[in-house]
Amino acid sequence: MTGQTITEKILARHAGKDRVSPGDTIESTVDTIMMHDVTSKVAIDIVNNDFNGRVADDLEIVVTPDHYVPNKDIKSAKLYQQLKRFVDKQIAEGANIRAYMVEGGDYGVCHVMLPEKGHVIPGKVIVGGDSHTCTYGAWGAFSTGIGSTEAGNVLATGKLWFRVPESMKVEVTGEFPGNVMAKDLFLRFVGDVGVDGAWYKAIELCGEAVKNMSMDERSTFCNMAIEAGAKSGIVAPDIVTAGHLINLDCVLKRSDEQRHKLLRGKFCSTNWDWVRSDADAQYYETRKYDVSGLEPLVACPDLPSNVKPASELGDIKIDQAYIGGCTGGKMEDFEAAAQILYGKRTARGVRLLIVPSTADIQRKMVRQGLYDTFMDAGAVFSAPTCGACLGGYMGILAPGEVAISSTNRNFRGRMGDPESFVYLASPKTVAASAIAGCITGAKK
Amino acid sequence: MKLTIEGKVYVAREDDINTDLIIPARYLNTSDPKELAKHAMEDLDPKRHQIPFLNRDGSCDYKILITGKNFGCGSSREHAVWALAAAGIEAVIAPSPVPFARIFYRNCINEGGVLPLECDESGKLGDYLKTGESISIDMSEERPVLTRANEAKMLLRPFTGIAREIMDAGGLTAYNKRKLTSLLQ
Repeated sequence: MTGQTITEKILARHAGKDRVSPGDTIESTVDTIMMHDVTSKVAIDIVNNDFNGRVADDLEIVVTPDHYVPNKDIKSAKLYQQLKRFVDKQIAEGANIRAYMVEGGDYGVCHVMLPEKGHVIPGKVIVGGDSHTCTYGAWGAFSTGIGSTEAGNVLATGKLWFRVPESMKVEVTGEFPGNVMAKDLFLRFVGDVGVDGAWYKAIELCGEAVKNMSMDERSTFCNMAIEAGAKSGIVAPDIVTAGHLINLDCVLKRSDEQRHKLLRGKFCSTNWDWVRSDADAQYYETRKYDVSGLEPLVACPDLPSNVKPASELGDIKIDQAYIGGCTGGKMEDFEAAAQILYGKRTARGVRLLIVPSTADIQRKMVRQGLYDTFMDAGAVFSAPTCGACLGGYMGILAPGEVAISSTNRNFRGRMGDPESFVYLASPKTVAASAIAGCITGAKK
Repeated sequence: MKLTIEGKVYVAREDDINTDLIIPARYLNTSDPKELAKHAMEDLDPKRHQIPFLNRDGSCDYKILITGKNFGCGSSREHAVWALAAAGIEAVIAPSPVPFARIFYRNCINEGGVLPLECDESGKLGDYLKTGESISIDMSEERPVLTRANEAKMLLRPFTGIAREIMDAGGLTAYNKRKLTSLLQ
C-alpha cells in the first residue's frame, strides 16, 4: 500500500478511517468553524430555524467580523447586530464560542486573527464561510472555505461532507532575493498553472526554501491557494511552526489547562509527526521552483493568473497603492513595506492606504515606529478591516483608476468601479510603486 | 429536485466567470435574494455581452445559464447562488473537465436552488445555443438529457453520488434533518 499525504491523513483521522483516497466522499468531523459578518446571516438562520438554535457540542466556533466593520452602512450594521446577538446567545448557553468583536477593540481580519489567537494548529480540520479559509494550512491544518448553508449545517452537526482531494506538490529550493516575497512565489505558480490549475487539489508547499519562510510568508502562499482553484493549501509543521505556537502560548498567557483545551483537542496530539506526508505518498503533479531566480511579479487585470514581471510592464501610472487584507496586511508585510518607505514620500497624485489586518498588528506598528514611517511617507491609516480589498469601503476606485495592491484578487470591479484596474503584487512592490508613482519592483 | 427544467438560455461563453461578476461585493451587505437578484451578473463586461442578463426593470427572462469553464471561481459567497436562483435561474451548464469552481458547485448543491450540470468539452454548448433560445433538460435518468426545440437530444454528464442525494433532498439542511430524524426513529 502506498503512503499518504498530510491532507489524506488529517481527513482520514477526522472521518474515523484508517486511510482515505483521493476521490472518496467522506463525512468529516470539523474542529473549528470561522464566522464573519458577510456570510453568517443565513448560517445563523439555519441554526435557529432548522436546528432549534443549538450548536454542536464539540465544535469550536470563532467569530471574527471583518468585512464591513467598523460598520460601513445601515445594512452592514444589521448584519453585525445579528452576529452579535447570536454570539451573546451562544455564550449564555455555554457553547464553545470565541468572538473577537469590535467592542473592546480586539478584532481584525479573520484569517490573520485565528492564527494570532492560537485557534490554528497542526492536524485540525477548520472550515469558514470565506474562500481564503485555506490560509490556515500554513500551520499544517486542513482548512477550506465553505458557503453559508454549509456553515449553518456545520454549526448544527459539527460535521461536513468532503471529496478527498488529490494533492499537488510545490517544491521550492533556493533563497529568496531581497526584493521577492512569498507573494511573488505564488504569483509565479498561478501564472504558470492558471486560475484552475490546482482545481479541487490540496496544494502542498514543501522543500528546502520553506524552512526559511516565516509563518506570515507561508500563510501568504496558502491564503492564495484558492486563486489557483485549490481546495486547500498546506505546509507540514516544522520547527518554525512549533516555535510560533510556543511563543503564542506565552503571548496569550495560557494556563496548561487552557492550552490543552484550545490547542490539543481530541484530534490534535502534541506529537505532530503524524501530520506529514509519507515519502511514497501519491501526488497528482509536482512542480519545482528555485526561488533564487524569482523577480518581483505583478498580476495584471482581471485575473490573478495574468502575471508579468514588474520590470516588463512599462510605465503604468497608479492612483492608489493599498497594503492590507488577509494576504498582504500582516506584520511582516508592513515591516517589508516600511523598509522601503522609510524616509521617502509617495509620488505626487498617489494615495497610499495602510490597512492593518488586526488591532494587535496596529498596536505593534505604532510601538515599533512603523506608523510614523508610513505617515511621514504620506500614507493614510485605516482601522483593521477587509476594506477595499473586496470593494467594501476605505479606498474604492473610480472609473479608469489604477491601483496596485498587496491583496489577493484583481477581478473586474473588485476594488470599486467595474472600469477600474487592480494590479496585485507583494507589499514590497506596492511600496516601491507608491514612491515611483508607477508600477515598479523594489531594488534587490 | 425538479425533474424537468424548461426555459430560455443565457449564453455567457467566457471562461472563469468569478463570483464578483455574478454578484459584486458592494451588494453583500444584504442576504435578501430578491435584492441580490436585481444585481445578478451586473459587472459582466458589456463589450463582451451585448445582450444584458437583466432587463431594465431588474427582471430576468432566463432559466438556464450556459457558461465557459471554471464558472463561479473566487469568493465563497453563497450570495452568487441566491442571486441567480432569485433571478429565475434553475440550472447552470458548464463544460468538462473543469466546469465549476468547487465552492460555487458545493453552494449550488448544498443550497439546493441551482442545478450545476456538466457537458462534454466537445459539446461546446456555447457554439450550439444562442441567448434567448428555449431548451429543456430532463433529469429523470442518471445522464440528464438536453433537448433543443425540434432537434436531436444531447446527453449531459451524469449527475450522481452525494451531490444528487443532497439535491434530491432539497439541499444540505433538508438532507441533514432527514438523516437526524431517521437516526431518532
